[in-house]
Amino acid sequence: MSNAVEVNNLGVTFGELVAVNGVTVHADYGDVVTLLGPNGAGKTTVVETLLGFRRPTSGSVRLGGLDPCRDHREVVVRTGALLQRGGVWFPMTPAQVLRLTATYYHAPRAPEELLTLLDLDHCARTPWRRLSGGEQQRTLLALALIGRPRIVLLDEPTTAVDPEGRQVIRELVRSERSRGCAILITTHELGEADQLADRIVILNKGHVVIQGTLEDLAGSPEMIIETSAPADPVGLSSLLGCEVTRDGPLRLRCATTSTPERIALITTYLTGNGLSMTSLRTRASLEERYLDLIASERDGAAT
Amino acid sequence: MNALFAQTRAEVQMTVRRGETLLLTIGIPVLLLIFFSQTHVTASPAAHRINFIAPGILALCVLSTSLVALSIATGFERSFGVLRRLHVTPLGQRRLIGAKIAGVLVTELLQVAVLSAVALLLKWHPHGGASGGLQVLALLVLGSAGCGGIGLLLAGRLRAEVNLAASNGLYLVLLLVSGIVVPVTSLPTFVQKIVVGLPPGAMSDGLHRVLGQGHAPSIADWTSLAVWAVLAPLLAARTFRFD
Repeated sequence: MSNAVEVNNLGVTFGELVAVNGVTVHADYGDVVTLLGPNGAGKTTVVETLLGFRRPTSGSVRLGGLDPCRDHREVVVRTGALLQRGGVWFPMTPAQVLRLTATYYHAPRAPEELLTLLDLDHCARTPWRRLSGGEQQRTLLALALIGRPRIVLLDEPTTAVDPEGRQVIRELVRSERSRGCAILITTHELGEADQLADRIVILNKGHVVIQGTLEDLAGSPEMIIETSAPADPVGLSSLLGCEVTRDGPLRLRCATTSTPERIALITTYLTGNGLSMTSLRTRASLEERYLDLIASERDGAAT
Repeated sequence: MNALFAQTRAEVQMTVRRGETLLLTIGIPVLLLIFFSQTHVTASPAAHRINFIAPGILALCVLSTSLVALSIATGFERSFGVLRRLHVTPLGQRRLIGAKIAGVLVTELLQVAVLSAVALLLKWHPHGGASGGLQVLALLVLGSAGCGGIGLLLAGRLRAEVNLAASNGLYLVLLLVSGIVVPVTSLPTFVQKIVVGLPPGAMSDGLHRVLGQGHAPSIADWTSLAVWAVLAPLLAARTFRFD
């Protein structure tokens, strides 16, 4: 059986500009996959190509095994999408536009159910132009989900949404995943990727930098210490009971988590050898890994 | 509820609730009808000025709704991302355009009813009888299709602000040269030939012949309207962009 979302070696160019180059991303039913990357990384281009707004310049995309350009009607029946620049008629209220959109589908969800789930009851009869950014975004998410989609594509769903609204959106995404939906989310906010994704794909300048689970990407926990003079990694390794490698004349990487006891052991060891610790860092967060990757891409491009 | 019916109802509701559209589709035609039937600022070929102005104003209803209002509203729907969102729903291009056309026809029905009532109050005596009524209906429907096609063509290709300016400019020019308030016979001959080749001019000419003189529309009127009614919507559908 094919994946719900298949992006195979996708290339998209706009004239001379290469927006996406050789991107491969898959998502199965029941998965949340996040495309993470800075502005201009190509995330929206991937989503828009998946929705049939443009044909791939090279490679292919499939949703539920279907070509989004050729089989557009079948694709949109089973797909819910929240677009970055999608809108609603200004005079319409969330309740009106949900009721209207429900008529497009054979077995839609009840608009009232979605209004409640997305905390929109208080503004259900407020015209679109008077809604806050967060209320508009939650209405667009409700519209994306009204047709009971099996595949959900959300392009920057938490933009302009306050912390409470983000929590509501996250809970709904989790509930859609437990319903067996394949969900692809784009974001440039690490916190969102961190909290929602089963798998994260980091994009930069149109290509995939790395992809994997949160644990894969964050890497193994590490203590990175810098010393006043070169220290012996072997002695420290036997003391800590983990691998210690040299990473520069004054820097050692210890493959273990940072605890007060280990810091005390290291300090004692270094003092006993006439050295001192000049800095200590730990690496376990996605944020550090992400920033490292983007920075190394930038440095690579500069050299 | 059927999606096409629901979408059509929404289109009509939004049209009649937009103040600027009401001004364009009802306010301005009523004002022009009253003004040009009561003053002598233009030469009128009819003994009673209302008998010349009223058929032209019916053509103006179609021009203002099918071309200008439809074009401007659709252009802004694209600009505000409404069409992008609809593109990823099962509504589809055919049902969207179908609902827009149906919405335009319902709006025009209301316009024709209001404008005819005002004209009758101003002592309009339409000619043509029952067969004339059918010809008028055919002229208005064909004119709507042609004007609507041009409106969607503009909305589908131009940026919303450019489209707004282009549609309003087109409205003013066509109002003046299509025999709506100024008789076509008072225009240079080459302009007259061009005008009848366009949907508002052909519609206005046909309506004047039927309602003003009790004659049938000319072959040129029917041909022009039929060609535009087929080609403009086809071209609009081929070039329409949701994004």
